[in-house]
Amino acid sequence: MTDNVIIAEGLVKRFGKVQAVNGVDLAVPAGTVLSVLGPNGAGKTTTVRMLTTLLRPDGGRAVVGGHDVAREPDAVRKIIGLSGQYAAVDEYLTGRENLDMFGRLYHLPARAARERAAELLARFRLTEAADRPAKTYSGGMRRRLDLAAALVIRPRILFLDEPTTGLDPRSRLGMWEVIRELVHEGTTLLLTTQYLEEADELADEIVIIDHGEVIAQGTSDRLKAQVGGERISFTVGSAAMIPKASSAVLAVTDATPEIDQETLTVSAPVAGGTRSLVAVVNALDAAGIEAHDLGLRRPTLDEVFLSLTGRRTEDEQEERD
Amino acid sequence: MSTAQYVLSDSWEMTKRHLRQIPRIPELFFFSLIQPIMFVLLFRYVFGGAVRTPPGIDYVQYMMVGIFAQSMTFATAGISTGLADDLQKGLIDRFRSLPMARSAVLIGRMGSDLVRNLFVAIVMIGVGLLVGFRFTNGFWGGLFGIAMLGLTVLAFGSIGAWIGLSVRNAETANIAGMVWLFPLTFTSNAFVPVQTMPGWLQAWAKVNPVSIIVDACRGLFIGPPQFAVFPAVWQALAWCVGLIAVFGFLAVRQYKRV
Repeated sequence: MTDNVIIAEGLVKRFGKVQAVNGVDLAVPAGTVLSVLGPNGAGKTTTVRMLTTLLRPDGGRAVVGGHDVAREPDAVRKIIGLSGQYAAVDEYLTGRENLDMFGRLYHLPARAARERAAELLARFRLTEAADRPAKTYSGGMRRRLDLAAALVIRPRILFLDEPTTGLDPRSRLGMWEVIRELVHEGTTLLLTTQYLEEADELADEIVIIDHGEVIAQGTSDRLKAQVGGERISFTVGSAAMIPKASSAVLAVTDATPEIDQETLTVSAPVAGGTRSLVAVVNALDAAGIEAHDLGLRRPTLDEVFLSLTGRRTEDEQEERD
Repeated sequence: MSTAQYVLSDSWEMTKRHLRQIPRIPELFFFSLIQPIMFVLLFRYVFGGAVRTPPGIDYVQYMMVGIFAQSMTFATAGISTGLADDLQKGLIDRFRSLPMARSAVLIGRMGSDLVRNLFVAIVMIGVGLLVGFRFTNGFWGGLFGIAMLGLTVLAFGSIGAWIGLSVRNAETANIAGMVWLFPLTFTSNAFVPVQTMPGWLQAWAKVNPVSIIVDACRGLFIGPPQFAVFPAVWQALAWCVGLIAVFGFLAVRQYKRV
């Protein structure tokens, strides 16, 4: 247990009557990536804010890099990097001035701050834009600058709160690449995300939280296994075919299939591997339904979430309003 | 370095940040000058003729000092909006996650606003000189008068800091930092002698801190025999230091828990 560099035990935070975080336990071994996954309002950001000394926990305990966040906040601040949901840079300052300022605020000597700024600008492909106000940067560039600001002191422990929210797919892939590099260099990372794909892609271990509580935990593989093994899935040509396809699948698999009306996809858990596959194909054929993209696959994290909480991640926001 | 040295160096970093912004948002500086200049023209040439000043006092002298002080109180909105904006954009979170001095964000913001408003004061004094205002209490009187204006910026800036960190939204902070300043400054002796107001309003106007600050500034800029320097200066100092202490404390407390 001693090599866990981020530890949370029974963390609790209330805002008035709202129980934002309700007894969250986390443990992140050195050099690994933990992804905290959950819909909007699940308590991810509140948890990160407690771990990074921005919020005092109402209950429980958190230790980061060997320092208790409530008792030695300054010791924690000296060793962590944090990049929040917004690109938190001064938009009237240039990229260079921003990084230089953050370096000085980490109490690097003037020259070291300047050199580190230049290094980071080069690493994040911002050298060309270095002397332009950050206001003129694209969304992806701002995010890179923001991440660079979190890396000024080469922190061993890094917290990224939804690092790719609002980014276009290309910038997202770029961000993933940077994050993988950091992890490769040995940084311990706690990452929150509402994208299941992102957690799947980057994390060693995933914690799913909902309504301020951990509802599942494990590697991506284990979580997928938890919802049952393989699934069969296929798409049909039109919405009119869905009821027929659905009952054909039900007859074979004994499970009510999940329907995605938008993509006209039907999927259901199956136990018998290829034998079930053949049975479904035959049933569909008998019903006169032409299926596309038919195959066996392991469940996505979206389905994991659905089966754990009884609802999809995207529904959450509307539900809360 | 010791904690005290970090407070200084971190505050200087933050001051530098804001001072760099000033030339990059020239329109903000420009518009912060337009309003007081319009007030000068309004009160000098439109309302001025109708105001009865105490005998022996020219209205230009009287109202110009009022406008100097009023334009300094407008520092409130600048600071409240700036801090709320930093809060909204996540910058305050970032600063709070750094091992920097807790007070530096507020001190740096106040320090740079002091510089900015001293520029405003100098421009306003220039405008005053053009429309007939004269310093009649010597060099030191003028200099201490300007120092008193600076202190006014810090006092009202502290209120702004507390507002900005409390409302958390830049648009609201702008309004919340501004809307009460108009009644406050206009129910003072800044533009008209208190004696011409109805009794109930006089009672308020006499204790209004803006009146007290304006009195002190008149003492320093214009001087006796029309305006006594003391005790007005002591009273104004007490008000400013008191406001800085109370709202500075509230603002730092708010900063720690936002």
